Amino acid sequence: MDRATRITFLAMLVVLAVAPFVLYPIFLMKVLCFALFACAFNLLVGYVGLLSFGHAAFFGSAGYVTAYTVKMWGLPPELGILLGAATGAGLGLVIGWLAIRRQGIYFAMITLALSQIVFFYALQAPWTGGEDGIQSVPRGHLFGLIDLHDPMAMYFTVAAIFVLGFLFVYRVIHSPFGQVLKAIRENEPRAISLGYETDRYKLLAFVLSATLAGLAGGTKSLVFQLASLTDVQWQMSGEVVLMTLVGGLGTIFGPIVGAAVIVTMQNYLAEFGSWVTIIQGFIFVVCVLTFRRGIVGEIIGRFGPKGAAPTGGGH
Amino acid sequence: MAGEYILETRDLTKEFIGFVAVRKVNLRVRRHSIHALIGPNGAGKTTVFNLLTKFLRPTGGQILYNGQDITHTKPAAIARSGMVRSFQISAVFPHLSVRENVRIALQRPLGTSFHFWKPERSLEALHARAEELIEDVGLTQYRTAVAGELPYGRKRALEIATTLALEPEMMLLDEPMAGMGQEDIGRIADLIRRVAKNRTVLMVEHNMSVVAQLSDTITVLQRGEILAEGPYADVSRNPAVVEAYMGTGHG
Repeated sequence: MDRATRITFLAMLVVLAVAPFVLYPIFLMKVLCFALFACAFNLLVGYVGLLSFGHAAFFGSAGYVTAYTVKMWGLPPELGILLGAATGAGLGLVIGWLAIRRQGIYFAMITLALSQIVFFYALQAPWTGGEDGIQSVPRGHLFGLIDLHDPMAMYFTVAAIFVLGFLFVYRVIHSPFGQVLKAIRENEPRAISLGYETDRYKLLAFVLSATLAGLAGGTKSLVFQLASLTDVQWQMSGEVVLMTLVGGLGTIFGPIVGAAVIVTMQNYLAEFGSWVTIIQGFIFVVCVLTFRRGIVGEIIGRFGPKGAAPTGGGH
Repeated sequence: MAGEYILETRDLTKEFIGFVAVRKVNLRVRRHSIHALIGPNGAGKTTVFNLLTKFLRPTGGQILYNGQDITHTKPAAIARSGMVRSFQISAVFPHLSVRENVRIALQRPLGTSFHFWKPERSLEALHARAEELIEDVGLTQYRTAVAGELPYGRKRALEIATTLALEPEMMLLDEPMAGMGQEDIGRIADLIRRVAKNRTVLMVEHNMSVVAQLSDTITVLQRGEILAEGPYADVSRNPAVVEAYMGTGHG
């Protein structure tokens, strides 16, 4: 990590350690789950330039699988969450394999269509509980030792998962594989002409992103002890786009800031009822018009080193 | 493998709906030569290029590279077999540094390109070779600059360095001089002549003095068909070529 990134990362760790003593832990856990989800999404749109409009499928399905296996099979929470991530990976492999054959808007449309199929399945299948979802999921004991019904224990578990997920994304971006991803984002025909089978790289990136989205979704279902249709429906796919854009596409901290902003807004504006959507839409418009690189993107663009500004790979 | 011709096409044809862009082109590129493909706008030069490197699929005919039929090979595989192309507009990775651009080409043979768990540091072993290539094209002072901020001529030099990193047996250059100033043209022409030693170069180019200066053989295309072929001196005197392409004012 370069110096600025390391300092920001350490500051983030400090905030994570102090926050639950100041703020409501459930709220913080919600922010962290969405932040991880947005980081996963950003890996794909910000560093490969693939705009998926179906990421809710991975997030939501993982939630169902974690909730079901923990509640019905009595699996320990760590296994349930891992199965959630594996669900994201498996679905990501299928949806990614079908979608990466197309580019731009067609790619987005295929991911949307396939995620709608997943939504329909979640609505109809008996084991997902239809409109009710899977409720009162026990959080269980982590590694058979730590009782996750204690909010602080749950919080630090979620924080640890988030930090590991974040570091994983960072490593992927700064790996030999990440270099090829950037090359594909910048100029795909050139990457092909240098001998790279770009579809395989895109597919692996898609699967990694879906896996992390699954990890986030599984974790969230334990936090709220609930898996429901909210997390698989297309609005959720839209929300993660919004979080990433507001925070800063293609910046490593952007999605975290974006998730925090959007979740906070939803929490504090909840009293306005359905007006939240309109206020969100307004903020989105302002964001696109005034700071197109997102909050973090603008900060880097203004104060960071030359050439460090994010590139906004989504097209 | 050491046949006289490195690249051959047999009745190469590309038909778009209702329009034949390339019609039965039989092209033969001699090993270790510089071969230019010229022709008026819309003659099908770039289409031929895209067919040869498999960015387009031919609707008829065959392409042979080193005696092997590559008509149905994928573009990335063509690149790995030693035939590397450039593009009409400069093809650099604009937000990566000059050194990273070259490194992208160097890293594939390491076999770690799918290793998402390895640190970027593992690529630093390639820096020495990358810097050699960068020096070769005269970009040493720019090696840490962001590629997108280089002047146009330098971008093309970077592109050649990146291509050379693959140690291609054959280079296909799509209008290497397009949009370039006079002083850059001289430098890039020298560079092409230098890198063409022990290699084969096939290029599409509009700048006639460059074509005359560099090429061993010229193929003139018109409306998707070969109109004439031979050394510059012969081709430029061919009345059909003069009429179709060069105009009466030329030479």
